[in-house]
Amino acid sequence: MKILVCVKQVPDTNEVKIDPVKGTLIRDGVPSILNPDDANALEAALSYKDDNPDTVVAVITMGPPQSNYMLRECMAMGADEAYLLSDRVFGGADTCATSTTIAAGIKKVEGVDVIFAGRQAIDGDTAQVGPQVAQRLGMPVVTYVQDIKLLESKAIVQRQMEDGYEEIEVKTPCLLTAVKELNEPRYMSIGGIMEAYDKKIIVWNHEDVELSPKDCGLNASPTQVFRSFTPPAKGKGEMFSGSVQEMSTTLIQRLKEKHYL
Amino acid sequence: MYFTEQHELIRKLAREFAEKELTSEILDKVEETEMFPEEILNKMAKAGFFGIKVPKELGGQGADARSYVIVMEEIARVSGVASIYVSSPNSLSGGPLLLSGNEEQKEKYLRPVVTGKKKLAFALTEPGAGSDAGSMATTAVKDGDYYVLNGRKCFITMAPLADYAVIYAKTDMTKGTRGISAFIVDMRLPGVSCGKSENKMGVVGCATSDIILENVRVHKNDLLGEEGKGFINAMKTLDTGRLGVSAQSIGVAQGCLDEAIKYAKERKQFGKRIGDFQAISFMIADMATKLEAAKQLVYKAAYMMDMHQDASMNASMAKYYASEICNEIAAKALQIHGGYGFIKDYKIERMYRDCRVFTIYEGTSQVQQMVISGRLLKK
Repeated sequence: MKILVCVKQVPDTNEVKIDPVKGTLIRDGVPSILNPDDANALEAALSYKDDNPDTVVAVITMGPPQSNYMLRECMAMGADEAYLLSDRVFGGADTCATSTTIAAGIKKVEGVDVIFAGRQAIDGDTAQVGPQVAQRLGMPVVTYVQDIKLLESKAIVQRQMEDGYEEIEVKTPCLLTAVKELNEPRYMSIGGIMEAYDKKIIVWNHEDVELSPKDCGLNASPTQVFRSFTPPAKGKGEMFSGSVQEMSTTLIQRLKEKHYL
Repeated sequence: MYFTEQHELIRKLAREFAEKELTSEILDKVEETEMFPEEILNKMAKAGFFGIKVPKELGGQGADARSYVIVMEEIARVSGVASIYVSSPNSLSGGPLLLSGNEEQKEKYLRPVVTGKKKLAFALTEPGAGSDAGSMATTAVKDGDYYVLNGRKCFITMAPLADYAVIYAKTDMTKGTRGISAFIVDMRLPGVSCGKSENKMGVVGCATSDIILENVRVHKNDLLGEEGKGFINAMKTLDTGRLGVSAQSIGVAQGCLDEAIKYAKERKQFGKRIGDFQAISFMIADMATKLEAAKQLVYKAAYMMDMHQDASMNASMAKYYASEICNEIAAKALQIHGGYGFIKDYKIERMYRDCRVFTIYEGTSQVQQMVISGRLLKK
């Protein structure tokens, strides 16, 4: 069994701010991390491998050369193979162009039985790339997966809903996108970190994955980010105290002051 | 300067581990119950914290001294006592076996220690033999295939929790330090017992006690290394131990500095943040500068070990300086906290107590000064 996990290096959004003038992310000094949902997807693959040692876990990402660091992290957690799709022409891609590139990369990785991905990345929050990749590869997709049972030529998964879950049986190969409830991602290990640097990261450019530059990056992106902004902080709420009578009198008075009444 | 990208990834692992696992809630509970959760120790074992430098063939992780320093530093930054659980298998417990153990002994004792399945204590100190380890009174008398051990070891870290102990004892009373041999003793052997756990000032949650040996029969297969070579084994083990304590020191010092800076930015008096007063800001500048100097000493000693250079004096310098300034930084950080620093609700109170032992155990500051000056004045 070979499980391919789609991963992304993202800025740690807990620490990221938006430049109010330029409307772009201030990335200086912000640490890059493995996207949290992708860590859940990787954990699902690795825990399957724990029980089935002949499993091969591969990770694939599209990004600048610095993404190497995250791929090493994935290997230090236990991934066997790592693929980096890196090329200037991939830059500026929206989800449409990104999924074209990733799908082309996956076609080149041989013998993939099932694909896991995170539900969404914390930098863009679109949750589109996973399903789009599945569509381009012509395979079924189940999103918001909170439990996975991989069986012979099929998977039984739970798809998270707001008030419960759906149990879905899906034929493999398929693509599943993971939510954080799926599992608790493991730590790297020191030994894993040592081994990660003995393994090779395979880097492919547009020619390697047989894509024309016009199908990649900004050129192939129908959506463009028009403006980014931080929503202005809401004013503080005010708590009234006293009897119901007093509080409602104050409330009406305040609403009148603000000309709402 | 001393670190590779690989080392940075190890730092990331250790920092994430410390911040996620060693929460204030858990650490308060450790103080209260004086017990450290096995669950966290199991997670540490899984992350490979117990056999950092030990070769993979022996169940370790195959990393280096710098990796060890990094893990110790990041764990100690959050919890002094947790870092003792990391240091023990890597230095004092694993060290003697790694240095002098034969294949069979390494397989039988070292592998379970570095994989977190067993605990092993290092027993050198005695009531009458502290800094002067050579004056120990514990004896081992040969009797056929066995050695019969008698004596009392004291202040032995983890003794009440240990499955095994490396015991240093005199096989020849006439030869001073050259009469000392090392033995691996199963703590369940008849005649082995532990004293009551010491009521310590700091690093609470890792029991320390005496080990009493009364006619304990140890098989000759459990003699570690050659007869008479125990003292060398102990001293070499302590070299690595010193590096560990120096790393603990820079970790706790960093934690104290972090707390001091945080508090100096929050606390307002006379209408401004106390950090805006020069009295406080200069204290912080001093603390940070000394900490940086200590880090360079520690990292260099580790780097030299990795380059297979003689790092004995450098490890002593690192341990001496880092442990002293750690206490200074902790004291200043507590001072910056004012009255709140004296209250147990604030982390700094625990850190101040935890680091006090750093200038004492594994060679006092004065013993380090002896090692350093001895080197310089030898010729």
